[in-house]
Amino acid sequence: MWEKLGLDLDAHDALLEMLGQLYGQTFMSQRNRPKGMEYFDFVMSEVHGLRIKEIVDAKEEGRKVFGSFCVFVPEEIVLAVDGILVGLCAGAEFALDEAENLLPRNTCSLIKGAFGFTLSNVCPYIKAADMVIGENTCDGKKKSYEIFRDLVSDLYVMDMPQMKNEVDRDFLRHEYRRFAARVEELSGRKIEVDALRKAIGTVNAKRGAMHRLAGLRAADPAPISGLDALLANQVYFYDDPVRFTESSNQLCNEIEERIGKGEGVFDKGAPRILISGCPMAVPNWKLPTIIEGANAVIVGEESCVGERGTRHLTDDTGETVEQLIDNIVDRYFKIDCAVFTPNTVRLEHIVEMAKSYKADGVIHYGLQFCAPYQIEAGPVEKALEADNIPTLRIDTDYSMEDVEQIRTRVEAFIERLKG
Amino acid sequence: MEGDRTVSSHITDTTFAPLTVCSELMRDLPGARIVATGYGRHLFARHWKCEVVTEIKAVAMGARALLPSCRTIIDVGGQDTKAITITAEGKLHKFAMNDKCAAGTGRFLEVMADALSFSREEFARKALSAVRAEKLSSMCTVFAESEVISLVARGSARQEIALGIHQAISSRILSLVKGVQIEDDILFAGGGALNACLRHLIEAGLDRKLHLPDQPQIAAALGCALHGDLH
Ligand code: SF4
Ligand code: SF4
Repeated sequence: MWEKLGLDLDAHDALLEMLGQLYGQTFMSQRNRPKGMEYFDFVMSEVHGLRIKEIVDAKEEGRKVFGSFCVFVPEEIVLAVDGILVGLCAGAEFALDEAENLLPRNTCSLIKGAFGFTLSNVCPYIKAADMVIGENTCDGKKKSYEIFRDLVSDLYVMDMPQMKNEVDRDFLRHEYRRFAARVEELSGRKIEVDALRKAIGTVNAKRGAMHRLAGLRAADPAPISGLDALLANQVYFYDDPVRFTESSNQLCNEIEERIGKGEGVFDKGAPRILISGCPMAVPNWKLPTIIEGANAVIVGEESCVGERGTRHLTDDTGETVEQLIDNIVDRYFKIDCAVFTPNTVRLEHIVEMAKSYKADGVIHYGLQFCAPYQIEAGPVEKALEADNIPTLRIDTDYSMEDVEQIRTRVEAFIERLKG
Repeated sequence: MEGDRTVSSHITDTTFAPLTVCSELMRDLPGARIVATGYGRHLFARHWKCEVVTEIKAVAMGARALLPSCRTIIDVGGQDTKAITITAEGKLHKFAMNDKCAAGTGRFLEVMADALSFSREEFARKALSAVRAEKLSSMCTVFAESEVISLVARGSARQEIALGIHQAISSRILSLVKGVQIEDDILFAGGGALNACLRHLIEAGLDRKLHLPDQPQIAAALGCALHGDLH
């Protein structure tokens, strides 16, 4: 199967070994994990196994596979033609030198990661995708898709508004309709009202499960570690949506029981941290590992791999495909990504999250060379501090050389929170 | 320490075998209560029973003991430069640290002093005596070193290069310090505080006075000792 997908087997083995080791160190050493996490451990261990097999089998039955790099790509539309949407992760440094042959060094790690994984032929998801969807969000992605086009079989680029005015909503609607037409064309299937409504329901249920998980993390002692919750948010992007929803809800049931018994994974009263900023794709667990290693617990992620991505539900009422697509546009238009200007809604959401999950402080995570989030970090930090929410800014990348410096900062921040 | 009196202090290099150095130090202090800080804090804590605090918290506590009115600390150490603010009640508040490279740290000064074949004391003294400075365009330790060498080769006066180096590093420190809201009184800690030229340039850049404690290099150690006393 791997050869058929065109993977570089040696490099792929090297990646799997690296991933397996890192996973073991990061996750399996945590104490008192919910039993429901076993499902996510299993999915992770089969991320380059059963899940890919499932996808390859689905392709053989004629279903189409779409790969995306951004939560602006509407999963509902893909599901409506019985397609499969996978988030392409790019959360690690891989084949950095090859990526830097094509990109300037001052490109963010996410983009370099995506190039590295693609160039070295180690990502079965990129290989399995019938179409990779790019979006003109930040300049880094927008321009690098011009180069990326030659590396994948079929790259489709979705244009994006930059502001949140009515013309921008119209623009997004136009782009979603164009996307829907393209998805219909590739799959050879027409989007029907019932199928689209059902797809909305499927994705709503998946998001609903994540909302439920998020809400439960308000408990003290924390019933689940931030690392495990992040993992669930990461698996969200490539698991089968219905099965994922079931497993997440089961996890939530167990967590509810734990809360009832006052059980937790950290001591009651442990410092509580909200993470905010750039997305953390698999296997980017660097900062959360440092934070929780210092005995503080992460109670939420204001991130696209987290609540910014899963936050709103889509209205499923409507008689026509157009009406349902309008509802989808309305839902996605609310995403408060830093590529938009102005983007004050995001700040409000951070404050709201900090309050509802009872965070003692916020750690803003910026990827180096990510202009949107790094620039926004300054005003965000100022506003939060003015609101008496202690804030620490961490700018970093995927390399491990600054781990000790970050550890010092994070631990000092926790000392500050303890007073 | 006994109460708030320092009974003895000792400074030594960690070298490449930090645990051996620690064993030797510990031999003279059987049964002492220990608080570890610095980059090796967790390594140390794996071998000795002790508490661990970051150097940021440690220096903040030490600074308060040295200067009770202190609200801001500038700490130029070997590996890191930090700007730290503390609340009126003496609690740790905001802090900023240099990026991962060594520019703007004590290490940078040491490398540059060596490149000019100055001793540490001479380096600051000569820089202070220069009337003009040779501008340095690079702040990367590696590039700056070769820049210094080529300036020497071009016949530039050593003290003028020395002043240029001090200006470059102090502008780095100043931009870091301005990132936190500085309030008086300001304490200058860390080995870098012993450098008179650096002190002078930072005071001029901030247009504020820096307080220099007796042994600025052990402010963090003092903070640790006090922390151990409290807990
Ligand atoms: S941060 Fe912005 S560009 Fe990145 S995934 Fe989220 S919405 Fe898309
Ligand atoms: S992290 Fe920032 S720079 Fe990188 S792709 Fe996302 S928005 Fe663009």
